[in-house]
Amino acid sequence: MAETTTHVAEPTRRDFLYIATGAAAAVGGATLVWPFVQSLAPDAATVAAGAPVEVDLTPIAEGQIVKVFWRGKLIFVRHRTADEIKAAEDVNVASLRDPQPDSARVKPDHAQWLIVYGNCTHLGCVPLGQQGEYHGWFCPCHGSVFDTSGRVRGGPAPINLPIPPYAFTSDTKIVIGQDEATA
Amino acid sequence: MSQHPTTYVPKSAFGKWFESRLPIASLVHSSFIAFPVPRNLTYFWTFGAILVFMLVAQIVTGVFLAMYYTPNASMAFQSVEHIMRDVNYGWLLRYLHANGASMFFVAVYIHIFRNFYYGSYKAPREVLYILGVIIFILMMATAFMGYVLPWGQMSFWGATVITNLFSAIPVVGETIVSFLWGGYSVGNPTLNRFFSLHFLLPFMIFGVVILHVWALHVPGQNNPTGIPIKSGKDAVPFTPYATIKDIFAVVVFMIFFAWWVFYIPNYLGHADNYIPANPAVTPAHIVPEWYFLPFYAILRAIPDKLGGVIAMFSAILVWFLMPWLDTSKVRSTAYRPQYKFFFWVFVAVCVLLGWLGSKPAEGWYVIVSQIATAYYFIHFLVVLPLLGLFERPLPLPNSILESVMGVQKGGAGIPVGANAEPQSKG
Repeated sequence: MAETTTHVAEPTRRDFLYIATGAAAAVGGATLVWPFVQSLAPDAATVAAGAPVEVDLTPIAEGQIVKVFWRGKLIFVRHRTADEIKAAEDVNVASLRDPQPDSARVKPDHAQWLIVYGNCTHLGCVPLGQQGEYHGWFCPCHGSVFDTSGRVRGGPAPINLPIPPYAFTSDTKIVIGQDEATA
Repeated sequence: MSQHPTTYVPKSAFGKWFESRLPIASLVHSSFIAFPVPRNLTYFWTFGAILVFMLVAQIVTGVFLAMYYTPNASMAFQSVEHIMRDVNYGWLLRYLHANGASMFFVAVYIHIFRNFYYGSYKAPREVLYILGVIIFILMMATAFMGYVLPWGQMSFWGATVITNLFSAIPVVGETIVSFLWGGYSVGNPTLNRFFSLHFLLPFMIFGVVILHVWALHVPGQNNPTGIPIKSGKDAVPFTPYATIKDIFAVVVFMIFFAWWVFYIPNYLGHADNYIPANPAVTPAHIVPEWYFLPFYAILRAIPDKLGGVIAMFSAILVWFLMPWLDTSKVRSTAYRPQYKFFFWVFVAVCVLLGWLGSKPAEGWYVIVSQIATAYYFIHFLVVLPLLGLFERPLPLPNSILESVMGVQKGGAGIPVGANAEPQSKG
């Protein structure tokens, strides 16, 4: 091509300088965006406020749901009744939208304690306890239904209520924000 | 505008001196005084001026409210009550601003549907129209963030639900949401940044409005016939004809606005927003402001999180394609007998979606929402492209003048002709 056209000049040192300058400006500009975007992320104080919280389970009566906050997020601590545990265990796991056996959602030998995040996995509303078809939770905003294991059973929510990291420090005490391994 | 070069000549010595340095006087003269306006415009064409008035009103009341408001999660609710009870005329400023948002949307929806009816979005006004859609999206973002600021229950949970829409994005959704919040839930950092952006966005809207008006002045205004100005007899000069008409319409609109502000200032709000934000309890019946209801209904109609979010955003994004989806060469629906039917069905479906958005998402409401949502998209993706191919439009008038005055014999002796010459005015 270059031989057949007379007006295409050879690339010069000046062309190289233009491209190099433009590339440096583009990279520099893009780099400058980084601190601005990063400033939007949870700040150091918010992260620090994510220190583990201890919850005393003794005052929570059977059948009761207590709301606690960790890292500004709502968490349900539910003292399940024998019927509720049985209902959660007697489910054909394969039929669930987000298949998970109840045993994977509680700690061994502590099946009566269900600890789940308290915001609906659809758009974040707080579901109402002991309501809905499965007497787990029912979300008043868009009608998602959760069972007594916090698993989604109906409505638009895509996944089960997630389990926060927590560990039993004794039979009546849990620490939320800390995994079993580090407890 | 190019056919109508400015005839402005400054008279005073200072005017000449200034004009040769900054020709703003001749720009205003050619754009807002001598500018030719179709002589057949109806009051539906005054909503542009009404919207400019509303934008300025919102900025003025908002700047004053910002002097008394505290964007902090522990003080915001109290500071709004402080505005209502202690600040002199604070109640008036806040009610003007809160109802002003609704009035802004009343006017913009009339403006948008006027555009749909008369085909103003078609060539050569596509860019003008797209700028308008951008303004509408910026308005929605501004209104949403403004509603969060009083930090009541509806503010908090509205913010939670809307920001959680982004968590539907696969893989990166949760990260995006934590960057929107500045935390692990809606909280003080969220309120701070929403206040900052709520202050910024109106000025961005103002910038796009300037582009919108600029783009309007290139082809000139559409009109009820949809045919362009062909001669000076089709037009009248912007001043005094459009100026006075716009001012009159703004005043009438202000009376309507005042009725809300002074008689039912809380009618369009929600009682729950007079309860301070509580992250442990969601209000039993959570609905957005009325102007978001049709889109909210579309969100809820799809029984899948990501699908609902995509449908809702598509419902607005499809507007961008409208100039190319509509295959009819005739702009005004007045000359499209079949489209006229579909247009009013579409209006009815939008109103129905709005009503459904205010109802709980259960039972037959969901089914009707799904049908209405399907029709909403059918209108854009099926009716608009196909109808233009099959429809036989009514004969268009030869000119705007003819549509107003009837068919004239000869060119001479038109009594209003002299008044209609924009070049002869000003």
